[in-house]
Amino acid sequence: MSDTPDKLVIEDLYKIFGPAPDEAMTLLDQGLDKTEIFRRTRTTVGVQKANFSIREGEVFVVMGLSGSGKSTLVRMINRLIEPTRGRIFLDGVDITAMSKDELIAMRRHQMSMVFQSFALLPHKTVAENAAFGLDVAGVDGQQQREQAITALATVGLEPYADSYPDELSGGMRQRVGLARALATEAPILLMDEAFSALDPLIRTEMQDELVSLQDKKPHTIVFISHDLDEAIRIGDRIAIMEGGSVVQIGTPEEIVTCPANDYVRSFFYGVDVSKVFNAGDIASNRALIVFERTGVNVRAALAQLQDRGRALGVVTDRENRYRGMVSVNTLAAAAKGDGAHWDQAFIPDVEPAPAQMDLSEVLSRVATTEYPIPVVDDQGKYRGIIDKTILLQTLDKTT
Amino acid sequence: MAESGMNFDIPIGDWVETGVDWIQNNLTPLLDAIADGLDLIISAFEDLLLFFPPLLLAALIVLLATWRVGWRFGLFAVGAMVLLFGMGIWEETVVTLALVIASSLVALAIGIPIGIAMARNDKVEMIARPILDLMQTMPPFVYLIPAAIFFGLGKVPGAIATLIFAMPPAVRLTNLGIRQVSTEHVEAGKAFGCTSSQLLFKVQLPLAMPSIMAGINQTIMLALSMVVIASMIGAGGLGNTVLTGIQRLNVGLGFEGGLGVVLLAILLDRITQSYGHIRTRSGPGLVERLRSWAGRNPDTQTLRSPN
Ligand SMILES: Nc1ncnc2c1ncn2[C@@H]1O[C@H](COP(=O)(O)OP(=O)(O)O)[C@@H](O)[C@H]1O
Ligand SMILES: [Mg+2]
Repeated sequence: MSDTPDKLVIEDLYKIFGPAPDEAMTLLDQGLDKTEIFRRTRTTVGVQKANFSIREGEVFVVMGLSGSGKSTLVRMINRLIEPTRGRIFLDGVDITAMSKDELIAMRRHQMSMVFQSFALLPHKTVAENAAFGLDVAGVDGQQQREQAITALATVGLEPYADSYPDELSGGMRQRVGLARALATEAPILLMDEAFSALDPLIRTEMQDELVSLQDKKPHTIVFISHDLDEAIRIGDRIAIMEGGSVVQIGTPEEIVTCPANDYVRSFFYGVDVSKVFNAGDIASNRALIVFERTGVNVRAALAQLQDRGRALGVVTDRENRYRGMVSVNTLAAAAKGDGAHWDQAFIPDVEPAPAQMDLSEVLSRVATTEYPIPVVDDQGKYRGIIDKTILLQTLDKTT
Repeated sequence: MAESGMNFDIPIGDWVETGVDWIQNNLTPLLDAIADGLDLIISAFEDLLLFFPPLLLAALIVLLATWRVGWRFGLFAVGAMVLLFGMGIWEETVVTLALVIASSLVALAIGIPIGIAMARNDKVEMIARPILDLMQTMPPFVYLIPAAIFFGLGKVPGAIATLIFAMPPAVRLTNLGIRQVSTEHVEAGKAFGCTSSQLLFKVQLPLAMPSIMAGINQTIMLALSMVVIASMIGAGGLGNTVLTGIQRLNVGLGFEGGLGVVLLAILLDRITQSYGHIRTRSGPGLVERLRSWAGRNPDTQTLRSPN
């Protein structure tokens, strides 16, 4: 992930609302805080000194309490709000320096947006709504319709193309909002509390759908949220905002395990850590001896295990793909036979777990088996194992 | 002060006279152009409405009432037509209607753009608001005096007084409607790359439509009331009937004229109101409605339930 290029780079970005932005900037430079500056100048610091980059194809979640500047920050990226100071680069091009026409072209082709209140046009059909960005950009009617229908199909709303928004439920309306953003094929999606108006069940459903959409066709997504569960579910990285400043940026694991301050910590008071981590995050590859199947035979493996006083080992192939788990007993049994086949040495019923598996699921598996659970990535490569000790350590660390 | 006997005097009357003289001496070509233009529009509508055989026009009005409002209102329209014919004031009604339509159209053609300008620019709003307040607090016949001074007597000054009197609601409600469009709708328009005119025509005006239609409705209703008053400067129509009734102390005639105005008011009000809500389906047309009455409409809209 870290070697993917930066899509958006935000440099020293400020937004000051109100009558005395210059004065407020001076006070900010003197180190005064938002409340004090408002008291003295009646001027609100919306965002201050934001510096970070968003990588191509990642879901970047901005989280913070109401009024912390999330909406202001995301609106400066497409300049719905003009920054007071600072710069924003999209693929190296300075957005803050764009002319009106360049800005319009960028909004039509590079970025689209999804809104908390959906902001659909009630007098237009679902398909016409989905085609809005294309219509505005002057795409011809036939192609508008085709692209809109494709986008609607992506969110499962194709059958409703000719309905009107007020005939749809909230969740379906936001799918239209999402389809409208997808239809322009802009590589960047800005989503301001896009799911916050939906009831919890629908909200999780939409989150999962966004994640699977990302797997199929990744966009660079800036997602605003005030809900840590949501941020963890969909975010590759999370930025936490407090009083207009970005106080911490990191992966969900980093944020949960090493919160920068009490404000950050307060967010996951009561959060279920087993949802924060997945199997791949905690799998340990030091716990067991690994045999490469082609390099070692069964008898040699048995000898090695006994030498080191270990009971279990893992067998992989040359590409490090998981093959099976062996124990001293199974190896000894297999070694007695004349063929001495690896397959006969594998402990039956040990199923590898995918790296993405939720810890809560891993937990129930670990509880019901006497062996540790091997973890494999999506290509079947061995990542490590999880046993009761590792699991308990993880859960302990975060509570 | 007291001894001087209050003979302190501000010659407003003189000033106004000077102003009026100046306008008459210098702006006559402009006044004439306005008069000719309005005359053209008014005659066009009158000719159009009087061109239809009365029965056909009445039938069209009944159909419109039925289609836009419903069959009950259609029945009311039939009753109204019968009354208007029976009282022998059909022609006056048509003249009034033409004058209402012509002056409303001009009022809207001027008022709606002003409303749009107010909504898009706070300075324009700051200037226009007190003028609108003033216009709406003035009693209606005050408008008759300048209209008569500059344009004489007849339909044209009647229409001018009417359109000025009737314009404020269209301006106000257009402004209000656009300003009431939610921030997120406007942001959505901008975020997808609308130019400012695309934003206006694709987002703001459609969403402001219910409010604008309410303004149009009010403008038309005000126009009707003013057209009646404008018969005092010779605008003709139903107002004339009422006026004649008053002058001759003929209660019956006055009542008939008044009833005509009321019937016309109800028809105009209900029909223009019916355009006031955003229709999500472009409502079933007359033919479809007739068909569904006949019970032969196979594709009655059913809403698919989610999943
Ligand atoms: N147009 C505006 N004028 C003045 N202050 C504003 C404006 N928009 C936002 N603010 C202020 O800026 C701060 C950040 O607001 P916002 O970005 O909307 O926060 P969030 O989205 O995190 O709830 C708040 O204190 C808010 O009151
Ligand atoms: Mg917000």
